[in-house]
Amino acid sequence: MRRYFSRKLLIYALTFFLAVTIDWLIPRFMPGNPVQTMLSRAALRAEAAKVLQSYYIRAFGLDLPLWQQYLNFWKALFHGDFGISIFLFPKPVIRVIMNAVPYDMFLLIPAILLSWIAGNRVGAIAARTKWLDNTVLPLGYILTATPYMWLAIVLAWALGIVLGIFPIAGAYSFALRPHLSWTFIKDLLWHWFLPFASLFLVMFGGWAIGMRNMIIYELEADYSRYLEALGAPQRLIRKYAFRNAMLPQITGLALQLGVIVAGALATEIVFSYPGIGYLILQAVQNQDYFLIQGCFLFIIVGVLLANFAIDIVYILVDPRTRLGMTGEAA
Amino acid sequence: MTGLIRSETLYFALRNNKLRVGLAVLIFFVILTFVGPLFTDYSPTDYVGPPAHPPSPEHWFGTTTFGQDVYTQFVHGLRATFLVGIIGGGLGTLIGVLVGFIAGYRGGIVDEILNMLTNIVLIIPTLAVLIIIAAYLTVRGILMESIFIGCTAWPWAARAIRAQTFSLRAREFVDLARMSGMKPLKIIFTEIAPNMMSYLFMTFILQFGGAILNAATLDFIGLGPTRGMSLGLMMNNAVLWAALQLGMWWWLIPPGAAIAAIVGALYVTNVGLDEVFNPKLREM
Repeated sequence: MRRYFSRKLLIYALTFFLAVTIDWLIPRFMPGNPVQTMLSRAALRAEAAKVLQSYYIRAFGLDLPLWQQYLNFWKALFHGDFGISIFLFPKPVIRVIMNAVPYDMFLLIPAILLSWIAGNRVGAIAARTKWLDNTVLPLGYILTATPYMWLAIVLAWALGIVLGIFPIAGAYSFALRPHLSWTFIKDLLWHWFLPFASLFLVMFGGWAIGMRNMIIYELEADYSRYLEALGAPQRLIRKYAFRNAMLPQITGLALQLGVIVAGALATEIVFSYPGIGYLILQAVQNQDYFLIQGCFLFIIVGVLLANFAIDIVYILVDPRTRLGMTGEAA
Repeated sequence: MTGLIRSETLYFALRNNKLRVGLAVLIFFVILTFVGPLFTDYSPTDYVGPPAHPPSPEHWFGTTTFGQDVYTQFVHGLRATFLVGIIGGGLGTLIGVLVGFIAGYRGGIVDEILNMLTNIVLIIPTLAVLIIIAAYLTVRGILMESIFIGCTAWPWAARAIRAQTFSLRAREFVDLARMSGMKPLKIIFTEIAPNMMSYLFMTFILQFGGAILNAATLDFIGLGPTRGMSLGLMMNNAVLWAALQLGMWWWLIPPGAAIAAIVGALYVTNVGLDEVFNPKLREM
């Protein structure tokens, strides 16, 4: 178990290191001069330009040798200093991002967990029910092939505009202020439902297909055949098959995280849902480079943490990793 | 002998419904990509008609808020989609194959290093890297976008091919080749690769679909090609210029529907091919 963990942690540490390095490298070695672009934009406001210019001299430290710049970048990072947002001047990037993160959590965690659970259940049932298999399989392939934002657009158009049931923009009505009351919570959930549903549906298709294929594979395996020959009840065999088929699905969840995050970004843009995705769109439109870089690091850190959580779950579920026999995820 | 095998594969391929449906959809869109632009006299960004007009005989898919022809944008966008798929998916497959072969065949320290690299790139969310690269490029083309997508999408392919190579390397015919003094590269390409050709082809199909979806998301965020038209960019424009609020379904629906149909057809084709190449799955 220690070997499994130390290996994983080494990979995460290297990934984080690489991500920060990319974050530092790209602005400096890309063609064009982002500092100039930023200054010329900010020059619209005199006081902003002055602060920014002094900030750049400090942050980029362009007169310093490269290795010194790189070390300073890390130092600033550990002080939580991601720079200052330009389009929300003078808010620090870290505060802008921190305001957006709760919305991402609120959207992503239920969508990921529920779609994973529901997809696995339906996939497992489909593997042994002919009529369900014939409907779930094609539907699943269509759903996984659908771009997240397109399903979001279709749902917003059909349920929001044509039928007028759900709101299609924001996390709560513009008339309300965030506070703790039933009206507000109901409003929040009402706005949350469509983005959640579109994320849920696209992911659901992938999990259902994956589970169906794994169950069929497991039911063909030697241990299933052996149990069958012993006269074990079908229920028991399927239970074992399900538990074995779960493991690749857990690994699959870790592998899919990047794609899921990308999908969530796009979905938030469609619904103007104030998470990181919507922030990135605004940052791109306003050429707010510090904000883009901050969002990049936050996404990486979030994915790394989620990966770590999945590793712990994997250890809890798969005894082989606990006993030091490296399981398949290692 | 090979002729016999080939005709047998073809026999099963022609009788596989998944493969037939998938290929039919794909061929339809490929033809549309080549023939579609012939039916329009406009360029995708020209202002040619009345703004926000629903589909009509003059403008088959209607017009945008600015009076651009949606059909023209659609067929030009299809071309960009297939280009990204071929270049991005091809590059992703190529890198994945090379890394997978080398890691799987050499083993030892080379494998350790390549495997570590694969795992790292696997964790980093592809789109996050693409966003930060694209944000700093002031001029972006479809070719550049495809190359970046290919360079970040290879890890799962490398991992799968490495595992396959690992198991093939231990077979007798590879040992025999090694004993006869064949060079490692030659063994990989004449002994190992032909035995997993079908697998490599299916990897390419999945990479193709993945590249299309990645490009669509990137374009949708507004970091796609700065010139030209793509299906993701159409969706980006539609959402930004309030096509949703105005109920302009003819602008919102086609681009994403085409992506879903193409990628879905690729996935179904892949499953069909799997059944054709793998006799165990045929009865299902």
